[in-house]
Amino acid sequence: MAQKAIREYDAKSILAKHWNKYFPDFSYAYETVLVTLGAELLEAAKAKPWLKEKSLVVKPDMLFGKRGKNNLVLFKDQKPGDVTLEKAAAWIDEKTKEEQSVYFSFDGDTPTGEPKIDRLTHFIVEPFTPHDQSEEYYISATVVGDEDVLYLSAEGGMEVEEGWDEKVTELAFSITATEEEIVQKVKENIPADVKPEDKENFAKFAIGFFKAYRELNFAYLEINPFVMQGTKIELLDMVAKLDDTAGFMMVEEWGDIEYPTAFGMEAKSPEVEAIEEADAKTGASLKLTLLKPEARIWTMVAGGGASVVYADTIADFAGIEDLANYGEYSGGPTTGETKFYAETLLDLMTREKDPQGRDKILIIGGAIANFTDVAKTFTGIIQAFEEYADKMKDVGIKIYVRRGGPNYEKGLKDIKEAADRLGLSIEVYGPETHVTDIVRMALEK
Amino acid sequence: MGKLFTRDTQAIFWNNNKTAIQRMLDYDYTIKREKPSVAAIVAPTSGNKFEKFFWGGNEIMIPLYKSTTEAKAAQPQADVLLNFASFRTAYDVTMEALNIGGFKTIMITAEGIPERLARGMNAYARELNVTVIGPATVGAIVPGAFKIANIGGTIENIINSKLHREGSCGLVTRSGGLFNELSNIIAINADGIAEGVAIGGDRFVGSVFIDNLLRMEKNPDVKYMILLGEVGGTEEYKVIEAVKSGKITKPIIAWCIGTIAKYYDSGVQFGHAGASANGEMETAEYKNKAMAEAGIHVPATFNDLPATIMEVYDDLKSKGIIGEIKEPEINTIPKVRRPKNFICTISDDRGEEATYAGFPISSVATPDTGKGIGDVISLLWFKKQYPKWATDFIETVIKTVADHGPAVSGAHNAKVTARAGKSVVESLVTGLLTIGPRFGGAIDGAAKYFKYADDSNMTPAEFLGYMKKQGVPIPGIGHRIKSLKNPDLRVTGLMKYAAEHFPSHSLLDYAKTVEALTTSKKENLILNVDGTIGILMVDMWRALGYSEEEINEFIESGTLNSFFIVGRSIGFIGHVLDEKRLAMPMYRHPMDDILYDVQKAEKL
Repeated sequence: MAQKAIREYDAKSILAKHWNKYFPDFSYAYETVLVTLGAELLEAAKAKPWLKEKSLVVKPDMLFGKRGKNNLVLFKDQKPGDVTLEKAAAWIDEKTKEEQSVYFSFDGDTPTGEPKIDRLTHFIVEPFTPHDQSEEYYISATVVGDEDVLYLSAEGGMEVEEGWDEKVTELAFSITATEEEIVQKVKENIPADVKPEDKENFAKFAIGFFKAYRELNFAYLEINPFVMQGTKIELLDMVAKLDDTAGFMMVEEWGDIEYPTAFGMEAKSPEVEAIEEADAKTGASLKLTLLKPEARIWTMVAGGGASVVYADTIADFAGIEDLANYGEYSGGPTTGETKFYAETLLDLMTREKDPQGRDKILIIGGAIANFTDVAKTFTGIIQAFEEYADKMKDVGIKIYVRRGGPNYEKGLKDIKEAADRLGLSIEVYGPETHVTDIVRMALEK
Repeated sequence: MGKLFTRDTQAIFWNNNKTAIQRMLDYDYTIKREKPSVAAIVAPTSGNKFEKFFWGGNEIMIPLYKSTTEAKAAQPQADVLLNFASFRTAYDVTMEALNIGGFKTIMITAEGIPERLARGMNAYARELNVTVIGPATVGAIVPGAFKIANIGGTIENIINSKLHREGSCGLVTRSGGLFNELSNIIAINADGIAEGVAIGGDRFVGSVFIDNLLRMEKNPDVKYMILLGEVGGTEEYKVIEAVKSGKITKPIIAWCIGTIAKYYDSGVQFGHAGASANGEMETAEYKNKAMAEAGIHVPATFNDLPATIMEVYDDLKSKGIIGEIKEPEINTIPKVRRPKNFICTISDDRGEEATYAGFPISSVATPDTGKGIGDVISLLWFKKQYPKWATDFIETVIKTVADHGPAVSGAHNAKVTARAGKSVVESLVTGLLTIGPRFGGAIDGAAKYFKYADDSNMTPAEFLGYMKKQGVPIPGIGHRIKSLKNPDLRVTGLMKYAAEHFPSHSLLDYAKTVEALTTSKKENLILNVDGTIGILMVDMWRALGYSEEEINEFIESGTLNSFFIVGRSIGFIGHVLDEKRLAMPMYRHPMDDILYDVQKAEKL
């Protein structure tokens, strides 16, 4: 996936790093730290005296919003703006002690839907910034269809989210829009409710913001709200996504960036992590997502498109309850890479028997390859069979193979012979059989 | 009209991807194309000038260039760029090609080009009316005409899937692997495809479904279209609009894959980068439903797609819209092919009569042909027919350098060897072996340095200064006894010939200004015969239309010395035969002509 969310802290750091380029007329103090524990915050205060001198605000920085409604923003001890360093550190330690429930949608202030439960691990700590509501503004930018859209509003915070259609000015720009066109359009479309004395600065800030969004390869960038006091800017809350395919040319601009797993996402299993690691090292593609490891249908499918078609077809024939995984290998992986991929799947698949005592089903599918050597990749799968044959027989696995492409006859013959030799149940089909028809065959039995 | 490629379409292939290029040429050979579909390869880091590929059982050479600019200049007819650069450079390669111009279609294979760059590149191409296929694609094919790289897979699969000849379906997919699969399904259930494009899996691709379908609507060979979409994006709605507004009237069969995605939250990425639904409208299910409502043929599941295709095809056939296809004859690629160890591009002895660069020997040999040794040299050395003024000049040079008496080192060597009782060839070779930087090499050197000075716009004084800095006496300047007052008549003759017959002689004119300066310093620092020959050779090539780079290559490869070698061989052989005729005894150098200064070796 090309667009990846980053932490608020990193988003602010990137803007701060390039502040003078994009916002030469404004000042931003960039007083912000990211910590995982209270002790870390106390340590940080040695180098950053403002942490001791100012009252603080603490929020989890883990790619989720609605932190205020979830009671996860610390801005007051007894009264707003009295949070000390010690209080902040203690609060962080308290919140990390046990798992927290976070709701993602609210009806008014009432949470709706199921909460996600996970541990809080990252917090952003900043000075409490007293300001007037009228100094809060909203700005964001993202890609919609083929265009970049800049959203501007004279009102920030919750209000803009709740009154989006009336309160937000949308400005769309083509990718080829020149700087002059952008400047002119922004200047002509400053929201009417922006205070008259702020109008010129608001335009300047918006132009710089949009330029930074484009040049720094953000896929999404939102400041809600920012506070404008003359030429002094505070970024109260930010959300950002980067186009990670631009990473190779943004090494300097982005610095050391991390793409965290969202709060509440199940931690990746070691098997999935191992596949991701292998994927990162090869020019080929190896992908694995575990959907329901106790389910009985496993897929080992070649190709990004074909893997989706197989998943669709399994859902059509058996429903998703029986589908254990989604994944694909493609782009001509080596025999060794395919062996590793197959072993990882077979290992997961042979851990438990089907609770209902049925045979498990392994779909080794694929379309007709353009350039991947089928015999070579199947050699890797055969080697994995040899390692796992006993376990596979123990659990009871029926294998269905369908594949075409370079050297497919040899590949199919080899895998059939190997399975027969190892005493595994297998059916093998080539391009004369419809790509997903093995799913029907497997499930009709 | 409306066709993406024809049987004459040629491509420039950026990156020397030998397997993919060989696949294209195998396809070309199979479908009996006249010219290879790859006209040139851009290989920025290769030092080679060509790459060998099989053409059936034979081999052909495809020229290699360092840049797209060079390749396009040499092969202007090639209007397709197959951009196989990595995701880091694919953008630059595309933009360069767009700026060079003259490309109708650019295909980009790299996956994961930064989105902003991809969008900019796609927009620029659209503005210039260039069709971009990809990024992140396996390509496109017009069966029986032109196939991009690996699309369709192996030649066996291509024939099984009827991709070697035109059918009646227009196929557009996102996925490359499923493109092959669909071609196979269409071959089994209908009569194959007339044109097919895999638009690519990245979020921002150049040509989208609607661009390709609108072109196919106008292509009379396409009778119906198949669209294989994916979850994510809203491109399918543009197709629905075109159907509703009547812009597309041919039947469309369509299916969006990824119906499973609705069961999982957005954390599960199914398939391609472009395949992620934002909102209900982008789900596969919603799109399938909307397409069906617009009158597009949408099967109940992907597994039912073959039946739908057969139904639409049978209907069109029964109405006479689709006719019978006559299966064309094809060439078969030999099972075993061996690359050749040697290449010959100058002569051929396989036919009735051996040829020099395509000319039977008899057509250049006898006097009635009007051809001389200069013509033979121009054919065998340069693979060109030089005009008479040039072949006459070559002959003049050879005659001029044929001999310079017995005392020069080469002739002396040949004579000594002959007197040792060795054969003509052995004696000749010992003479030839002396030719090099000090003997005869002034022709090469003069051409090289004078050309360099002229190319760099040096004044004669600057040139002298430059040579002094190099620590090299100017090659081609100076004679033992001849001077301005006592000119070398060979030089006078060559210059007179050039003045009368050369269309232009800019380097000679420059050399004369240099000579004016050197002779003002010393009488005998004249332009000598070696220098004049070297300089006039450059003028000859310039007048014949060779580029400066080509002329530099001639100089680098020692072509100028070759004229000296050929000419002087005549003289050496004369000296050797002279010795034989005189039956001269073994030669021993007189001892009194040697300065003996031998010290006793020290012990270390």
